[in-house]
Amino acid sequence: MRLPAWLAQHLAALRALLVLTVLLGLAYPLLLVGAGRIPGLSGPASGSMTPVGSTLIGQSFTDAGGNPVPKYFQSRPSAAGDGYDPTATGASNLGPEDVVDTPARQSLLTRVCGRSVAVGKLEGVDGRRPYCTGDGVGAVLAVFHRDGFTGPVTRVVSVNQTGTPFLARYQGVTVEPAKEGEDYRALGGVITPIRGDAPDRPVVPADAVTASGSGLDPHISPAYAALQAPRVARERGIDVSRVREMITAYTEGRAVGFLGEPGVDVLDLNLALDGR
Amino acid sequence: MAGWLFPLTLAAALVAVYRPFGDHLYRVVTGARHHRIERGVYRLVGVDASTGQTWGVYARSVLAFSAVSVLFLYAFLRLQDRLWLSLGLPAVADHIAWNTAVSFVTNTNWQAYSGESTMGHLVQMAGLTVQNFVSASVGIAVAVVLMRGFAARGEKLLGNFWVDLTRITLRVLLPLSVLFALVFMVGGVVQNLSGGVDVTTLTGGAQHITGGPVASQEVIKELGTNGGGFYNANSAHPFENPTAWTNWLQVFLILLIPFSLPRVFGRMVGQNRQGYAIVAVMAILALGSIALTVGFETHGAGTVPQAVGAAMEGKETRFGVANSAAFAAATTLTSTGAVNSFHDSYTALGGMMPLVNMMLGEVAPGGVGSGLYGMLILAVITVFVAGLMVGRTPEYLGKRIQAREIKLASLYFLVTPLVVLVGTAAAFATGNAATALNAGPHGLSEVLYAFTSAGNNNGSAFAGITVNTRWWDTALGLAMLFGRFLPMILVLALAGSLARQRPAPASDGTLPTHQPLFVGMVAGVTVVLVALTFLPALALGPLAEGLR
Repeated sequence: MRLPAWLAQHLAALRALLVLTVLLGLAYPLLLVGAGRIPGLSGPASGSMTPVGSTLIGQSFTDAGGNPVPKYFQSRPSAAGDGYDPTATGASNLGPEDVVDTPARQSLLTRVCGRSVAVGKLEGVDGRRPYCTGDGVGAVLAVFHRDGFTGPVTRVVSVNQTGTPFLARYQGVTVEPAKEGEDYRALGGVITPIRGDAPDRPVVPADAVTASGSGLDPHISPAYAALQAPRVARERGIDVSRVREMITAYTEGRAVGFLGEPGVDVLDLNLALDGR
Repeated sequence: MAGWLFPLTLAAALVAVYRPFGDHLYRVVTGARHHRIERGVYRLVGVDASTGQTWGVYARSVLAFSAVSVLFLYAFLRLQDRLWLSLGLPAVADHIAWNTAVSFVTNTNWQAYSGESTMGHLVQMAGLTVQNFVSASVGIAVAVVLMRGFAARGEKLLGNFWVDLTRITLRVLLPLSVLFALVFMVGGVVQNLSGGVDVTTLTGGAQHITGGPVASQEVIKELGTNGGGFYNANSAHPFENPTAWTNWLQVFLILLIPFSLPRVFGRMVGQNRQGYAIVAVMAILALGSIALTVGFETHGAGTVPQAVGAAMEGKETRFGVANSAAFAAATTLTSTGAVNSFHDSYTALGGMMPLVNMMLGEVAPGGVGSGLYGMLILAVITVFVAGLMVGRTPEYLGKRIQAREIKLASLYFLVTPLVVLVGTAAAFATGNAATALNAGPHGLSEVLYAFTSAGNNNGSAFAGITVNTRWWDTALGLAMLFGRFLPMILVLALAGSLARQRPAPASDGTLPTHQPLFVGMVAGVTVVLVALTFLPALALGPLAEGLR
């Protein structure tokens, strides 16, 4: 019996898929799983594990309340679950002009400003940044003009602050604090971030105030490690120069001299400080 | 400065492998001998490897194989809770299973789900990894048929789909995958069947370190320009992409086949210089795009990047800003869509570049196969435009571009913009655009990016948007399906129509298609067509955000 051509074709397709599934979906990956058992490959293939986690997967060095444990170097902020959760990896996905807080969530700008102030306080340094208020939220005004986008300014609101505004007056108009839940953009305010007088190169480095792509970044920049060195030395009662030497020893340079950026594996460094 | 060495060394490596690897590909798709294993495969499949197919039969074979693949993968996802190695995860919801099945079969690998919390190991291996391979082979096979159409001298038969599929998979993709999976494993990419390990962290917290057959999928994810990550964080995840050198290697693998296929084209039509001309167009567009993306990101304009001091949100320390931006350009210049950093948090103009790359139709160098056939369509349109300007019958490689050919080429070009712009408009008209995470122009960018990515079978995202709703899964599934198979059918029809013609000898009036003038014209036509189509949409999204 001869099958109709269309049916024969779909049967051939099904058989091809099954054959290829056995080859590519079972034989090939399982062969590599087998290869991952041989000495030399088994360490990395099973996750570069230490007794307290993986050296490739970042973790939080905080106590049960979420506060930094001061004798440890701290990792970057993380958007993976409640922080460094490998079952919920990912980034914040907030855009570069996400500057207005809403009742639903904080803006990316306010997150950056808040982290900068918190890190500044922990390390005893200046936590100020451009476009941030002193109390650690985004320095953003909603500016209302008489004729929409033009004409004299009629009203100014500091949209991320419900208390005293970071600026008393803007273009001759008194700045009001925001009312909880009010959408000033919808009311016609022009959203205007204010640069302020913070230094161009803030003391707290960029990686300390941003969440990574994976939420599991195992590294911090050498600059952020250097910022934390005095605190770690003080908490451990050891000389800061000793801590700096260890940072240097655990700094991974650019791969092959020019790929990527230098970084310090935080878990490796903390384990070394603990003498483990 | 170190940031620029990344694309420069990549370019050097791709130049070095262009001839040897392209020649290998050429031998694979033209060789007369069947290996023993391949003969075994043909017997099991029940096809006669020695018979050729017309373009119509070839197209029906492609569609039959893809239809069966979608159904198989859909069933697999729906039944995963009853199979081994499901890690206790439930069956995948029907709309996510539909979206994912279409996504992996169309070489898009858009992910409406989060890998670590949705897919068990067996589905990842025997379902998703398999489609990573075969969807890539299908793309290359269709490109090869178009080349055969240009090379043919009046023949009707354009090869055998089952032979092309088997050979490309077993002689090109599989050996390279085994080799580079081992290299990735040395770098720290995991490859095991563990369901994960619960550890107590240094300060006494709990952490579940995941396991899985990652390396075997990682390598074909790049090599086949697929892009679907084992984990939600994709190539930003340290278990997928642990070091700056694995990062370089991933981008190399992404670009390897697309940039080598013009060599196959040149050899097929018997003039290597035709291949050089095509690869030159691809290289000009790619280098321009990479330079702009890296430039915009390292410059770091915008309120939040200025507050931070660098565009570091959503980027990994070990890659840094420049290498992340280069990856973003490469993944969208091809149909890959893997990400090592999150495009949603890019600067306005840096984030526009991935969008523009996809809107170019992913031709520089594009997805495996799809990039070359897309570029050849643009070359056909260029020849036609040039012919109109000088008032001659346009010819490309001795084949006259007449009404039927130009209709097929124009329809090809129109499919994706139609899918992208209609889809985006529908999302806003139905209120479904409200699932965007960001407000204002950036929210529009998220919606536009989603349909651009699906329609062009890329798979990357402005990932803030929530797309695992029934409407989004259905709409983007349709966008991926139309964006993949309508162009493919048109390409195969064009191949059939070109093959029937006997090539005309070149005369004084023939436009030479291997010289810088033609290279410049194709690049120009590509940019102009895309700008005319998409500039209004871009003006409302990233341009509005970046130029305020």
